[in-house]
Amino acid sequence: MSRLQKLILGRIGLGIVTLAVVSMLIFVGVDLLPGDLAQQILGQSATPETLAAYRLELGLDQPAYLRYFDWLGGVFHGDFGHSLANGRDVAELIGPRLAKTMFLAGYAAVIAVPVALTLGVLVALFRGTLFDRIANVLALSAVSLPEFFVGYLLILLLAVKVAAFPSLARLDDAATWGEALYRTFLPALTLILVVLAHMMRMTRAAIINVLASPYIEMARLKGMPPIKIILRHALPNALAPIINVVALNLAYLVVGVVVVEVVFAYPGLGQLLVDAVVKRDFPVVQAVGLFFAATYIVLNLIADVLSILANPRLRSGR
Amino acid sequence: MLNFFKGTPPTAIFGMLVILTTAVLGIFAPWIAPFGETQIVGAEYLPWGDSGYILGTDNLGRDMLSRMIFGARNTVGLAILTTAIAFSIGAFLGIFAALKGGWIDQVISRTIDVLMAVPPLILALILLAILGSSIPNMVGVIAVIYVAPVFRLSRAAAMDVVQLDFIQAAKLRGEGAFWLIRREILPNITSTLLAEFGLRFCFVFLFIAALSFLGLGIQPPTADWGSMVKENATLISFGDITPLIPAAAIGLVTVAINFVVDWMLHRASGLKE
Repeated sequence: MSRLQKLILGRIGLGIVTLAVVSMLIFVGVDLLPGDLAQQILGQSATPETLAAYRLELGLDQPAYLRYFDWLGGVFHGDFGHSLANGRDVAELIGPRLAKTMFLAGYAAVIAVPVALTLGVLVALFRGTLFDRIANVLALSAVSLPEFFVGYLLILLLAVKVAAFPSLARLDDAATWGEALYRTFLPALTLILVVLAHMMRMTRAAIINVLASPYIEMARLKGMPPIKIILRHALPNALAPIINVVALNLAYLVVGVVVVEVVFAYPGLGQLLVDAVVKRDFPVVQAVGLFFAATYIVLNLIADVLSILANPRLRSGR
Repeated sequence: MLNFFKGTPPTAIFGMLVILTTAVLGIFAPWIAPFGETQIVGAEYLPWGDSGYILGTDNLGRDMLSRMIFGARNTVGLAILTTAIAFSIGAFLGIFAALKGGWIDQVISRTIDVLMAVPPLILALILLAILGSSIPNMVGVIAVIYVAPVFRLSRAAAMDVVQLDFIQAAKLRGEGAFWLIRREILPNITSTLLAEFGLRFCFVFLFIAALSFLGLGIQPPTADWGSMVKENATLISFGDITPLIPAAAIGLVTVAINFVVDWMLHRASGLKE
C-alpha cells in the first residue's frame, strides 16, 4: 500500500471513529438527564406506578449500552423512534424537511463558491490597492454581522421597500423549479453573503502566502504577466488550504441554515431542531443532531482527503 | 496621546470608540437610560421620535432606547463572563497538557478533538435540550464549547515555551506545575492569548445573540439584543426597522472588536504583506 493510500485510509478511519463517539455522546447525553426521561416527560406529579409503566414502555429498564445499540440499529434502518410531542414517526418528520434544507444549502453553495474564489483571486492580484483595502474592510464587516441582521435587512430592502421577492419562503405550493428558486432567493442570498466574505479572505491569504515562494519570484523575473502567475503557479499550490476553507464553509452552510430558516420561516431541518429543543422532544433532537453532526464530520473528512490528493509531493509512491 | 493615534488606521480608532461607548453605556446603564429595563411607558409599537421616545416603543410598550442601553449591559456582560470562563479553563488545560505531555496530554487532546468534531451551534442545541434553557446553562454550555479552540491554541503556544532552557532549569529546581504555569509559561504567551481573547469574544457574543434570537438563551423580560430582535421581528414586514436596531448593535460591536484585533495582529506580525 502506498503512503498516499495509507494516509487516506487512516483519515477515513478517524472519521468513522469520531462519528461513532459523537453518536454515543448524543445518546448518552439524553441518558444523563436529572431524574430520567420518563420523569421528565410525565413531570413531578406522576405517581410511581405510571412512572414504572412508562419506563417499561420506553424500554428504560434495559441497560444503557443495549439501548444504545438498539437505537443505533434503528438509525441504520431509518428508524429514529417517535416524537414525544406528537407521536409521529421521526423519520417521516425529517424526510421532506431534509430535502428542503439540502436544497437551500446547495442553492447558496452553487453561487457562493465560484464567486468567492474569483473575488479572492482578483483581490490577491490587486493586493495593496484601494480595491483590495475596500474589499478587506467589507469582508471583515460581513464576517462580523449576525445572520439574522443580514436576513432582516434583506427582507426590509428587497421584500418590503421594493416588493421584488417574497419575505417568507413557502415552498409547498411552488409549482416549478424556477418558482422554488425565486421564492428561496432571499434566504439563499443571506447564506451566500454570510459565507462569501470568509471564503474570499482565506483564498486571498492562501494565494498571497504562496506568492512569497522563490518559484513565483522566478516566474515574475522571466516576465510572466501577473494574472498568469496567479492562475498557473500560485493557485494550484494554494489549492489545499482553499479546499479546506470551501469544505468548512459548506459544512457551515448546512449548520448555519438553522438561524436563517427561523428568520424566513422556512420549513427545513433547522427549524425542526429549534422547535424540538424548546419542547425537549429528545428523539427528534437526537435524530436531527446526529444528521447535522454527521454532515459536518463527512464534509470535513472529504476536505482532508481532497487536500491530501491536491498535494503533489504525496502523489509520488514511496 | 496624539502620537499614539498617528499610525493607527481609521478602522481601529472607530473600533476603539465603539467599544468604549458600549462599555460606558453598559456600566452606567441605570443612570443613563431614561426609563427602566422592563418598565412599560406607553402604547405598543410607537414609532420613532415624534412619540417622545427616541427609538419608539417595543411590542409591550417598553422604551426601546432604555432597553438597548440595558441590553449593552446584559448581552455584552454575559459574553465577557462566558469568554472568561472558557479562557480560564481552556488556557489552563492547554498549558497543563503541554507541560505534562504523555498520556495526560493524549487524553485531554482526544477529548477536545471530539468536542470540535460537532458543529458548535448543534452541540449547544443538543445540550440545551438536555439541560433546559436558562442563563446559567447557556453560559456553561457555550463556555464548554469554546474551551476547545482556546485549549488548542494555548497548548500549541505553550509547547514552544516548554522546551526552552529556563523551564527545564525550573523543573530541575523542583518547582511544581502550578508555579511553572503561573510564573514561567503564562507571561511568555500572554500576547498570543490576548488577541485570541478578542476573536473568541466575538464568536461567543454572536453565539449568545443567535441562541437568544432562537429563544433558547437569555429569557424575557431581561433586555437582551438577541431576544429583542425576536420580540419585534414581525414589525419588519410593515417596513419598521425596530428589530434591526438591536441586530445592528450586535453587528457594530463585533465589527469594532474585529477591527481592533485585526490591527493589533497586523502590528504584532510586523506588516507581513
